[in-house]
Amino acid sequence: MSAQTLTPDTAATERSRRVPGGLVLSWRQFRFWLTLFRRTWRGTVLSAILGPVMYLTAMGVGIGTLINQNHDLPGGVGYLSFIAPGVLAATAMQNGMGEGSFTVLGSLKWNGNYWAAVNTPQRPEDVLLGTAMQGLMRILGLSVVFFASMLGFGTVHSAWGLLALPVALLTGAVFLFAMMAFSVTLNTDQGLNAAFRFVMTPLFLFSGTFFPWQQLPGWMQPIAFATPLWHGVVLSRELTLGTVDAGSALIHVGYLLAALAVAYGVARRNFRRRLYLSR
Amino acid sequence: MSELRSSPEVLIRAEGLAKTFAKKQGAAFTAVAGIDFEVRRGEVFGFLGPNGAGKSTTMRMIGCVSPVSGGRLKLFGLDPNTEGPRIRARLGVVPQEDSLDLEMRARDNLHVYGRYFGLPRAVIRERAERLLEFVQLGDKAEEKVDSLSGGMKRRLTIARALINDPEILILDEPTTGLDPQARHVVWDRLYRLKQQGVTLILTTHYMDEAEQLCDRLVVMDKGRIAAEGAPHELIERYATREVLELRFPLGEQEQAAEKLAGIGERVEPLPDRVLVYAQDGEAALAETRGRGLEPVTALVRRSSLEDVFLHLTGRTLVD
Repeated sequence: MSAQTLTPDTAATERSRRVPGGLVLSWRQFRFWLTLFRRTWRGTVLSAILGPVMYLTAMGVGIGTLINQNHDLPGGVGYLSFIAPGVLAATAMQNGMGEGSFTVLGSLKWNGNYWAAVNTPQRPEDVLLGTAMQGLMRILGLSVVFFASMLGFGTVHSAWGLLALPVALLTGAVFLFAMMAFSVTLNTDQGLNAAFRFVMTPLFLFSGTFFPWQQLPGWMQPIAFATPLWHGVVLSRELTLGTVDAGSALIHVGYLLAALAVAYGVARRNFRRRLYLSR
Repeated sequence: MSELRSSPEVLIRAEGLAKTFAKKQGAAFTAVAGIDFEVRRGEVFGFLGPNGAGKSTTMRMIGCVSPVSGGRLKLFGLDPNTEGPRIRARLGVVPQEDSLDLEMRARDNLHVYGRYFGLPRAVIRERAERLLEFVQLGDKAEEKVDSLSGGMKRRLTIARALINDPEILILDEPTTGLDPQARHVVWDRLYRLKQQGVTLILTTHYMDEAEQLCDRLVVMDKGRIAAEGAPHELIERYATREVLELRFPLGEQEQAAEKLAGIGERVEPLPDRVLVYAQDGEAALAETRGRGLEPVTALVRRSSLEDVFLHLTGRTLVD
């Protein structure tokens, strides 16, 4: 073995010594996840398509026909048209929380890829953003499939409805970063299961997804208003039903953006603490 | 000013380097309590000490993944607290836990790691080929890491750490947990890197590892540096040329140790044996027998870093 063996392409080495900006570093982290995704995408795509179709069939065609149409629902729409945009936002939340959970914990505890990454020019914030990019990619992909199913079931009643897609992405992003902020502090998956059971499921059920929020008891309504999901559900619904108005839309989007900023800030702090300090 | 005067060959300089962990309750925990050292280009520099001495914490500060909380640390003249990514681009790190992706093939582990440095695919492919060959894993390139033995995984981690052609290779306990044969293979590879002029920094609690590999080392204990120098210098400074190891029947050891007083330069009673430090071990053994003592076993050996550590701290390295 001669000395030359470990003196390879010096130009590439020279370039690798110059550390690029945060976006490029985050992009490299994203590329890592893309490499993994290439191994598993088939299963993801299948469940992505089957899930919403089963959901809309069971809820709309099954339960929907049992519900007194044109009576209790605002706007006088069918039950399927009522819940579909809500489920769009709520599944974006679910996907966001899912992507922000085992992905992060597994990278810390089982695969160790986060610990490997911070020994390279990657910083905790790049690891955070790069991981989030793949989460957002999945949220968007799954939302597009769901939205296409909604179109197929005839539940989109306005051209504004197309904007329900970015709203779903935004809603999912809030929960993605919030969950990442939480997951990165954990050592076991017990905390994750608690988050799914005691945060995700109640939000899914009581944020106006399956019935009008007006039917919640009075004391519960402010709680619903405080959750980002409620804003995502209501805005998404107003868009697909064409009942949106600029004032309330701005409030909803503003609230979601503020929640996103807080979640990102906490996630960034927690990633730094975990990846730079505690080991 | 001190930067301007310093030799360019000094790659790492620490002055009063300290690390304190804040605790949720009670007092803060000081892992590294102010240490000074320099690492020069091309040398193999070691941190020798027992578990909990602050070696790994020091390595993480050098690796720019743990902020410095006191004193000064410079790598390549850069500050790890603000220039971490630029410094890490020039380092290779072999952490205590391999942090390999077990589901991936050996070659792909090098590939995803190399991409973090922004290296082009073709360069990574070519380097991975050569590095896998170098760590004797050429025939395992296509195998999942899961199926590799502990020694192979460690060698793969070393290959991974070399993918960016680092100026300094940092190894935290490179052979802990490996069987003797696997350790020797790792040592052999590290020795070859040393021959090629790669600067190596390693921590270990194996004195034979430190003696075999290190040009210079510091002995760490309780977050401080107890001594610094080349292995042979330390042995000359803190131990005699030879050591006589004596074992006595249970219960007789204490009395025996008292009777040994005055033989050699120093007598060190341990729980299971008595060490007699002497320039001539055989002569010391003859004198022991001359005093009517009959040890169960008697062994004369050369002094090692273990003896240095014992002398400096009053404790053995591996408890």
